[in-house]
Amino acid sequence: MALKIVVLAKQVPDTRNVGPDAMTPEGTVNRAALPAVFNPEDLNALEQALRLKDQFPGSTISVVTMGLPKSAEVIRESLFRGADFGYVVTDRCLGGADTLATSYTLSQAIRKIGDYDIILGGRQAIDGDTAQVGPQIAEKLGLTQVTYAEEIISLDEKARKVVIKRHIDGGVETVEAPLPLVVTVNGSAAPCRPRNAKRVMKYKNATVPAERPAEKADEIAARNAAKPYLNINQWGAADIDADLNQVGKAGSPTNVKAVKNIVFKAKESRVMTGSDADVEGLIVELLNDKIIG
Amino acid sequence: MDSVYVYCEIEGTTVKDVSLELLTKGRKLANTLGVKLECVIAGAGLDGVEKQVLPFGVDKVHIFDAPGLFPYTSNPHTSILVNLFKEEDPQICLMGATVIGRDLGPRVSSALFSGLTADCTELEIGDFDMTCGLDADKKPIVKHFENKLYQIRPAFGGNIVATIVNPEHRPQMATVREGVMKKEVLDPNYKGEVVRHDVAKYVPAAEYVVKVLDRHVEQAKHNLKGAPIVVAGGYGVGSKENFDMLFELAKELHAEVGASRAAVDAGFVDHDRQIGQTGVTVRPKVYIACGISGQIQHIAGMQDSGIIISINSDPNAPINSIADYVINGTVEEVLPKMIKYYKQNTK
Repeated sequence: MALKIVVLAKQVPDTRNVGPDAMTPEGTVNRAALPAVFNPEDLNALEQALRLKDQFPGSTISVVTMGLPKSAEVIRESLFRGADFGYVVTDRCLGGADTLATSYTLSQAIRKIGDYDIILGGRQAIDGDTAQVGPQIAEKLGLTQVTYAEEIISLDEKARKVVIKRHIDGGVETVEAPLPLVVTVNGSAAPCRPRNAKRVMKYKNATVPAERPAEKADEIAARNAAKPYLNINQWGAADIDADLNQVGKAGSPTNVKAVKNIVFKAKESRVMTGSDADVEGLIVELLNDKIIG
Repeated sequence: MDSVYVYCEIEGTTVKDVSLELLTKGRKLANTLGVKLECVIAGAGLDGVEKQVLPFGVDKVHIFDAPGLFPYTSNPHTSILVNLFKEEDPQICLMGATVIGRDLGPRVSSALFSGLTADCTELEIGDFDMTCGLDADKKPIVKHFENKLYQIRPAFGGNIVATIVNPEHRPQMATVREGVMKKEVLDPNYKGEVVRHDVAKYVPAAEYVVKVLDRHVEQAKHNLKGAPIVVAGGYGVGSKENFDMLFELAKELHAEVGASRAAVDAGFVDHDRQIGQTGVTVRPKVYIACGISGQIQHIAGMQDSGIIISINSDPNAPINSIADYVINGTVEEVLPKMIKYYKQNTK
């Protein structure tokens, strides 16, 4: 049996490599200074999806992302690695969304895709570290969930059950859950396979309409008519029948009251070198003061 | 009505520390608001479990005791909280930012359309003015809310601290990591009401959909949280091999070894040694930071340490500003000397 697999992916600013220019003098985030990357744990989720596709020939992987048109980059990266279809949900009214509004928007997109057996996503995104969107989507779609997944051990297509190894606090457990199901995958799971060179050649010019320069739109449309796989689906709020009260800022219960730069309560530090004399002096002082020893 | 709720997590039949810490915090928030503190415990074989939580000042303990509620699975516990909260309408719900809390919290918030903030490092009560559009004269329309929960957390790679408020939806939900709040018994003989609920009324049989086939929980290999001295390493330690020097110094000092997220991500040490907002919070007597630059998420997990010693080759590392002693030098250079002179001077 072939599976219908949905993978949730997010393009995120690379908060792992934050430099001193990451903040503007006004104290807001300088997004321009941070490279945009494929959220790392979403790549782990994609790998689990690709393994299912390997195991169940004929399966299809649809990758869904919400963000600016340029987030189509994560769709291309997924196509290069073996995904089949991509959907970029992008609309001005979706901006300012917290996790709840995001989960509503993505769940509407998944409903629109319609047919799914398993929905995979990273455990959390590195720009927020909340781990909330996966479970919130599961709840909205009326599905159960397995979070913190390490590996999909087996999938029984007849019984419609899947066995998954997952992390728990201080240990691991193995659970059996029914399909359809939402699974969020840990960063410690198998890393995603590299791009496939042939697929890169095939999909490198795949775009969403909003990415295409106006002056080249006709040319691209003509080319894509012969190569429809170069059209990445672009959906706005209306395309996914979204209730505008549940998307973007309007659909977000959380408000940011204040954001402030960190000012450490500076102490008067004693500064010393790494010389033998300085290090021995410190050790002796700490021993004498009974701070250590 | 209006109570502060804490979802108490259990292992076997023991309430976890993180939940007891939240009860202490919840008691303070409830006092500020002038409301009751209530808690929910769901599991199997929970006779007498209330004795573990009442001393923390709980006014009402809701117990859900049925086979199938332990080990935890998502749907039954979600049903309990969602259905109970529909009846009780609490204003605040706190949970551990554990695997369970981070699995359960978002489901509950989604079902109730309420705001949830993950991994808070502080919780306070205060007022909030929300601007909602402009009036006819183009003046901002401001709605005033009193006594809302400030959910405070580092955000965006730790460069900022954000205060989050969800004024219009109930309950205001937040998760907090273990060790962030302090656990304090209020009164060993505190009297609170105990309600044992009919689980079937809250959890339809169809919700028991996930089966736990196999489960291993190990006792923690170390006691980072309770260690009086912590030797912590960052990306500046340079390699897994170099971390051996930290373990050696820790052995001499009877300390535990911790790490920054960067060191964990680089594979230098196990994830369970991570200190910071998304790891363990520590309050040791002495904290020795080796090659740690000091991103806010890390500082959030160690700033209450007694004496802070920073060893860093970068004299401008942010952590140096909160350190009592700053040693300008590389980890490779300084640590062997510390080990050597400690041994020499303690013999």
